[in-house]
Amino acid sequence: MRNIIRNCVATLVALGLLHGCGERPPIKTEQLGYRGTGMEQNINPRIMAKLVAANQVGPVQPAADGSGPLASEIYQNVQVLKDLSVGEFTRVMLSMVDWVAPADQKNCTYCHNNENYADGSKYQYQVARRMLQMTRDINSNWKPHVAATGVTCHTCHRGQPVPPYVWYVDPGSGRENAFVGTRAGQNSAVTGLGITTIGHSSLPYDPYTPFLLGSEGIRVEGPTALPTGNRKSIQQAEWTYALMVHMSKSLGVNCTYCHNTRAWASWEQSRPQRTTAWYGIRMARALNNQYLVPLTDVFPQHRLGPTGDVAKINCQTCHQGAFKPYYGASMAKDYPELQGAKPMPVAAPADGAAADAAAAAAPAAAPAAAPAQAAAPMASTAGRARSGAAG
Amino acid sequence: MAMLNFERKYRIRGGTLVGGDLFDFWVGPFYVGFFGLTAAFFAIAGTLLLVYGAAIGPTWNLWQISIAPPDLKYGLGPAPLHEGGLWQLVTICALGAFTSWALREVEICRKLGMGFHVPVAFGSAILAYATLEVVRPVLLGGWGHAFPYGIYSHLDWVSNIAYQYLHFHYNPAHMVAVTFFFTTVLALALHGSLVLSALNPPKGEVVKGAEHENTFFRDNIGYSIGTLGIHRFGLLLAVNAGVWSAICIVVSGPFWTSSWTDWWAWWLELPIWN
Repeated sequence: MRNIIRNCVATLVALGLLHGCGERPPIKTEQLGYRGTGMEQNINPRIMAKLVAANQVGPVQPAADGSGPLASEIYQNVQVLKDLSVGEFTRVMLSMVDWVAPADQKNCTYCHNNENYADGSKYQYQVARRMLQMTRDINSNWKPHVAATGVTCHTCHRGQPVPPYVWYVDPGSGRENAFVGTRAGQNSAVTGLGITTIGHSSLPYDPYTPFLLGSEGIRVEGPTALPTGNRKSIQQAEWTYALMVHMSKSLGVNCTYCHNTRAWASWEQSRPQRTTAWYGIRMARALNNQYLVPLTDVFPQHRLGPTGDVAKINCQTCHQGAFKPYYGASMAKDYPELQGAKPMPVAAPADGAAADAAAAAAPAAAPAAAPAQAAAPMASTAGRARSGAAG
Repeated sequence: MAMLNFERKYRIRGGTLVGGDLFDFWVGPFYVGFFGLTAAFFAIAGTLLLVYGAAIGPTWNLWQISIAPPDLKYGLGPAPLHEGGLWQLVTICALGAFTSWALREVEICRKLGMGFHVPVAFGSAILAYATLEVVRPVLLGGWGHAFPYGIYSHLDWVSNIAYQYLHFHYNPAHMVAVTFFFTTVLALALHGSLVLSALNPPKGEVVKGAEHENTFFRDNIGYSIGTLGIHRFGLLLAVNAGVWSAICIVVSGPFWTSSWTDWWAWWLELPIWN
């Protein structure tokens, strides 16, 4: 009798544990490497169905006529979309209402002064102009990351004025330097922003500031089996680990999507996706420094973080749980207006364009220089120097 | 091989599960039995298949030889010999050999009128192996989920499987299994050193027995589990190490596809502080 009770309790405990996991077969798996290497993606089709439903492309306005007079000839104060026809220009404006304006204000006046549409006094107007420049910069100069798929405003915004996934510098909960020494940004379940840590782990909760705003070295693994002068600490590895868990969770993939974990640093043993991710890190860093940080003073106080910093992007901002935003569906292909500027039929006026051109040139230099970095097994110093130049 | 004068009295006929008297004999010190023959057959066949796999493979470097399971596209069906079929045959041989060995232990227990604690304990190790190579692959729908037979390659597999769940140290069953492994080692070290210390007194002292051993631990930590108890405890620890290893890997994939760090959300969501 005692044995029966004991067995029942054991069975209940086992079932409880499995139930705690909350998933069940069948699981779909995808093989990513040579057989038996354990390079696989595990996909729960029930969870995937929800993710796919949450990552559908946004509304697309009917294509516009590219002929006809230029918007810059008809409207005043057109600084970015000067190369578009009036039809194309209007199409972009209507799309931005769909993609960015808040649900309770789906009209032009979220950004524009209704009395004078050329008036740029609203902060939304100024931010939108800079974001249009950023979108064109991404689509024309960051092809190593976004490829031909490209991005639109909707890729991040998804119908909201503030994209659902942005980050601020985390001030910490104030308990980090408690009784026993420094926690180095770790071991806090809830951070100063009131959010749970990355993947509910005890890893450092703000890897974005050093890696996606600053350009700290990410590679910590030594190039030799025995310690031969690699001075990277376990603590530094934890910061890198936090960034990598962030990337995994943003893309809904595991570590083997890019790495063969027997040799993290080896490009030869990594999947090509790692190269795309390498550019992604540089892209997020460059966009944060070139487009978002300079907008800090434009935003009103309630749009800033607790330390007064602007909302910034990380991998999750675009990917939102999908290995490719919208699982590879391209909205940008329907929006030639958001690719790089078309060649102008007439000479463009120089005002303001020179500064934008300089800003656009910097990220273009970074992707071009990257393959040399990719070939070097341990070139974090070089990577830092170059990223500093790009930022 | 020479036989000690008292050994003959323990060579008891009968107790076989299969084959009756046919295989009920000894070769030197080894009891044979039906399962001794099957164990030898599977072990030799499996080893020769591994050697064949090495021969058709790219290297004879002992560290790098690897017999890999089939691609996932073969699912749970048979694969061509050189594309994982060899792995399938080796796995059949391995399970055949391990199970034969356990059943041979059962026959010996029956001959001697003993309990089946030894084959049961060995069974927990077989369970862990079978879970890794059969149960989990079947639950995930492909033999390709099993680990390859190679010294380095199976370690590389372990690494990648662990990182499929981003941070395997957060797997609760892995935590329990690791704790049981370490505690097994600790308990064996304490027990072994205690017995040796009792049996190796300083020059001129007599050999000590169970009461001295018990007294040592009563003085030391206030409690002695006793001479029988330590062996029950050791069995409990070691069997649990194997069983929880099996649990920690079978839940990874079939019952959890995400990061193991996220499993702990329930802790953060406890109503005490949430």
